[in-house]
Amino acid sequence: MPAATTPPAAFLDSARSAGTCRRAIINRVLNVLCVGLALLTFVPLVSILFLLLKNGLPLFGWDIFTQLPPAAGQTGGGFGNAIVGTLLMVGLAIAIATPFGVLAAIYVNEYAPGSKLANAVRFVAKLLTGIPSIICGVFAYAIIVLATKQFSAWAGGFALAILILPTIILTAEQALLGVPKAYREASYGLGATNFQTIWRIVLPDALPAIMTGVMLAVARAAGETAPLIFTALFSQYWIRSLNEPTASLSVLIFNFSTLPFEHQVKMAWTASLVLVILVTGANVTAQLLFRKK
Amino acid sequence: MEPIDPTSAAPASAASAADADEALRRRFIEVKNFHFFYGKKQALFEINLAIPRREVTAFIGPSGCGKSTLLRNFNRMNDLIEGVRHEGDITIGGSSIYDPSVEIIALRRSIGMVFQKSNPFPKSIYENVVYSLRIAGQNSRKLLDETVERSLRGAALWDEVKDRLHDSALSLSGGQMQRLCIARAIANRPEVLLMDEPCSALDPIATAKVEELIHDLKKQFTIVIVTHNMQQATRCSDHTAFFYLGKLIEFDRTQKIFANPAQKQTEDYITGRFG
Repeated sequence: MPAATTPPAAFLDSARSAGTCRRAIINRVLNVLCVGLALLTFVPLVSILFLLLKNGLPLFGWDIFTQLPPAAGQTGGGFGNAIVGTLLMVGLAIAIATPFGVLAAIYVNEYAPGSKLANAVRFVAKLLTGIPSIICGVFAYAIIVLATKQFSAWAGGFALAILILPTIILTAEQALLGVPKAYREASYGLGATNFQTIWRIVLPDALPAIMTGVMLAVARAAGETAPLIFTALFSQYWIRSLNEPTASLSVLIFNFSTLPFEHQVKMAWTASLVLVILVTGANVTAQLLFRKK
Repeated sequence: MEPIDPTSAAPASAASAADADEALRRRFIEVKNFHFFYGKKQALFEINLAIPRREVTAFIGPSGCGKSTLLRNFNRMNDLIEGVRHEGDITIGGSSIYDPSVEIIALRRSIGMVFQKSNPFPKSIYENVVYSLRIAGQNSRKLLDETVERSLRGAALWDEVKDRLHDSALSLSGGQMQRLCIARAIANRPEVLLMDEPCSALDPIATAKVEELIHDLKKQFTIVIVTHNMQQATRCSDHTAFFYLGKLIEFDRTQKIFANPAQKQTEDYITGRFG
């Protein structure tokens, strides 16, 4: 029996090979591999930010917010109208899609969980998240642009709303699922109606998570080009009504980056930088406003 | 059938009215031939039980014996579960709670419930207590303030929280949270208070406080408490019902059940031979 013959002081001797045995070496190699791969994910993010700052900052200034886009070959100018257009159409899309999406999620999760209709809604929403954005553009083109016989901010907002609706439904549903069952039980136990329970207990608790979903949707909608080309098109001028073609940052970036003029290409970079700042800014603001206490 | 009470033949109508009241008091909550099913699985079998008004009745029995299921039928919380059904009837104060004219919302407003795991809303202490008033559309500041003080005093919590009524309820300790839930349950002055293992997550000191509270509350409320703790049943209840495998095995005065149970199964359970 070795246990009987080993002196007590030698108890840890067999375990004293730390750092040299095969197991320790494999452990170290895999650790380095994991950390390395994790750091690798920063490469695209950092390089995008670097490129945006490097190419976008030279033209960044007050003018880009107050001036209209320069004509081909001209220099100077800005893209204030595109910033306004993007804010407006993303705002429209959120205003249309959030009530629909949240109400649908409430129905699916609170009123008829497990029903056939609820399952169908969830399934369709999942399918729709994978729909190419250009299809949303064509759809809005067919039912709004062709019907009203003009490109408009309405049509752009509508196309973006269709695009983000499934995201909002699915994230809102997850948000509602995250509300502890015990809260609902307590509320029903005190004699609250379905509506009171949802309005006073479930929604306030789910709000931060719902807003996160809305912000994801904002980020997606703000960057979309294809649905807007078909619906809002572009405009060289300040917007005067929602019923006319409307400029947007994404379409401006698309248009300018393909032009053979250096100034316009630079401006496309600056517009990209502004877009990233807007989306990040909206995101941070929402996180701060709706943070769980 | 109840044996005919010889005193009921007395001619004085006032006396017989008092007798009728007393008879109804003794059968305030009455469960009659009650069967209950979760889908195809039967959870309760032919329960017959009469719970007297303004006394404490304890439900004991091993896990899964149906005691919580029965408790949750008194305020029809089980109706929230998909695919449940019942046979038989439950009456409170002589009227069926399953009568089509009974509105579930109103029923639940007159029956307070305290859950196993304390579940205060993520709101302030104050808003937790007045929730039942808010949902009934009462927003008078004076009434709400009075209710908060009365309910928190009733739940023996007032002195500990009176200076921080507008702090989050989630900042309280476990025992305080459970007493807050009791305060919330009695805010609307319900007639009945249902408690589903209210002390199972509490330490002995908090448990003692809640038990003391139960003793005080029975002056105003009819209390039904589900408990796993035999000592708790002996300490704070007047009547005890022992359930096993969905059947009511024995129901009697608590002293009688614990000192001299009529059924072998009851004796085995309370002496710790199973369950």
